[in-house]
Amino acid sequence: MNPVLPALELKGLSKCHGATEVLRGLSLLVRPGERIGIIGPNGAGKSTLFDLISGAQAPSAGQILLGGQRIDGLSPFRISRLGLGRSFQVSQVFPSLSVADNLRCGVLWRLGYRYRFWARLRAGSDVDAEVDALLARVRLQGRRDTPARQLSYAEQRALELGITLAGDPQLMLLDEPTAGMNQSESRHVVALIREVTQGKTLLMVEHDMAVVFGLAERIAVLVQGTLLAFDTPQAIRANRQVQQAYLGTLPGL
Amino acid sequence: MRGLQQTWGATGERWLWLGYGLVLLLAPGVFRSGLGLSILSQIGVAIIACLSYNLLLGQGGMLSFGHAVYTGAGAFGAMHLLRLIEGGLAWPVVLVPLAGGLLAGLLALPLGWISTRRSGVAFAMITLALGELVWASAQMLPSVFGGEGGLTGNRGAGPAVFGIGFGSPMALYYLIAAHVLVCTALMAALRRTPLGCMLVAVRDNPQRVAFLGYDPNQLRFLAFVLAAFFAGVAGGLAALVFEIATSEVFSASRSGAYLLFTYLGGTPFFGGPIIGAVLMVLTLVWLSGWTRAWLLYLGVLFVAMVLLAPGGVASVLAHWVDLARRGLLRRLWVSYLAMALTALLAFVGLAAMVEMLYRLQLRDALGSQLLFLGASIDALDVNSWVGAGLTLLTGLGLFGVCRHQLQRDQQAVDAAPCALEVR
Repeated sequence: MNPVLPALELKGLSKCHGATEVLRGLSLLVRPGERIGIIGPNGAGKSTLFDLISGAQAPSAGQILLGGQRIDGLSPFRISRLGLGRSFQVSQVFPSLSVADNLRCGVLWRLGYRYRFWARLRAGSDVDAEVDALLARVRLQGRRDTPARQLSYAEQRALELGITLAGDPQLMLLDEPTAGMNQSESRHVVALIREVTQGKTLLMVEHDMAVVFGLAERIAVLVQGTLLAFDTPQAIRANRQVQQAYLGTLPGL
Repeated sequence: MRGLQQTWGATGERWLWLGYGLVLLLAPGVFRSGLGLSILSQIGVAIIACLSYNLLLGQGGMLSFGHAVYTGAGAFGAMHLLRLIEGGLAWPVVLVPLAGGLLAGLLALPLGWISTRRSGVAFAMITLALGELVWASAQMLPSVFGGEGGLTGNRGAGPAVFGIGFGSPMALYYLIAAHVLVCTALMAALRRTPLGCMLVAVRDNPQRVAFLGYDPNQLRFLAFVLAAFFAGVAGGLAALVFEIATSEVFSASRSGAYLLFTYLGGTPFFGGPIIGAVLMVLTLVWLSGWTRAWLLYLGVLFVAMVLLAPGGVASVLAHWVDLARRGLLRRLWVSYLAMALTALLAFVGLAAMVEMLYRLQLRDALGSQLLFLGASIDALDVNSWVGAGLTLLTGLGLFGVCRHQLQRDQQAVDAAPCALEVR
């Protein structure tokens, strides 16, 4: 990605479901290497925003530029190949595959294996090395050969994050990465996100305000499909409109 | 998709392959008769066809109702080639099945592309429609497909390679066995390729696959073409076995048989379709010769399998292997045996009634007396019906009791695994 260009630019992005406008003319500019937190009440359009950026849905109007390149309306796999990875609020793992195979699926395209069917993946290949590293990163070494459907909820969340990390994306969209985790698991995931997003760009939807304010360099507040504020954590804390939207529930106010 | 490795371990897998090869090699020594060799050859063909079908259903999660399009294409491609060879074309007969496979794969480029744009129910409907379309076309184009009589050829045509011609059933069997071994190995290896890994991922969660750089439709398409290739090889071999190909090779019932027997064998297991293929040939050749009601029995078996063991015969075997390894089969085998015997009892009762029903329809020609399992019964006698009905009900009742008991035993065994492992 060209460092001079914004990592991600949204221009007048709108999404309608029938008569309901989920997003209304959203514009946003994310610089390369930034960590952005996205907060807002339920139904503000946070997950829809992720769906539009990652290609799961096409916008009704507006443009999305990834590193200066238009990506709105492209299919998810084309956007993914341009270096964008996302995780899901509800874990989207491969239930019958082992943990290692789940991660392998995330690694293959990046290592250039594409649709190869004429050569087996050999033991000890670069894929295995990557998978082992990922297993350690998300602390699932002990579950290597366990089918994903047998994992606990928190383990599935960790695997969900692992699959996203496996693609080593330049721009990462994480949808509530710490949801349903206990304190220690959550702390580990925050540290992990901080580590893996060095030199990368991060957009993160998160309900845990401590996580958002601890991790994000800038915070976007989404209310009813519009951008209420987009600023540093300190400025967001001090913002009267935000305080009203959240009815004083932000920590440390 | 559970592989051999999960069930058997790496060493066990090697032994399984060795055993598989030995069975293929030595089977003709046991079944020497002409019929025996013919059945073995047909089983070989069915193994490749069912394995290729499971590439779609078991690994790719694609429920196809039109797999006979590709086995049929292979059969007709092979038959046309065989006739050209008879006419003097210098193409060795050994490579005729391969040509059948290539033709089927070629046909799958357009047809598979159309089919795999959609998944789930839409995919199933498209394959059904394409299957009907091809079947109907075959009947309407007698110049290509030979019309009612079909096309015939002579597999003994052309020059013998290394002095081997394929006119003899034994030589043909070994040609088939070699194809079975190679195709099985190739399809097994496919599971460990990037495409094979991603194909299973597409079955599990196509949405997620799209966010990992892969186009789910492209993965399905490539798997479809590969499955069509192997199906075409099977079709080409079938053409050599029967030396005739009629439009029936495209029929919906043929496609249905691949689905039914692959499922019976066990779609979650790589080896499941091999079991299914054996069942398929034995059913179509033997059972259909024994009784006119064979399709009904097959239906009953299928429904029972779907309800009781959705993983097919292979899942039952794998479960027993697992129990045996944990040392639990000793405690449970009596329950399993009891279940099998009571199920057999119920089936005997059902079969007696079915056979009597069929006989009543033919009463004018054959009379109402029939021989059932060595006993002479009268389809017009109330006692026969009461007896058969009681047998069925007793069998079903006892089966229910045994199944309940087995479930209780299994729970008790699962609840105390540590105590058992110590022993």
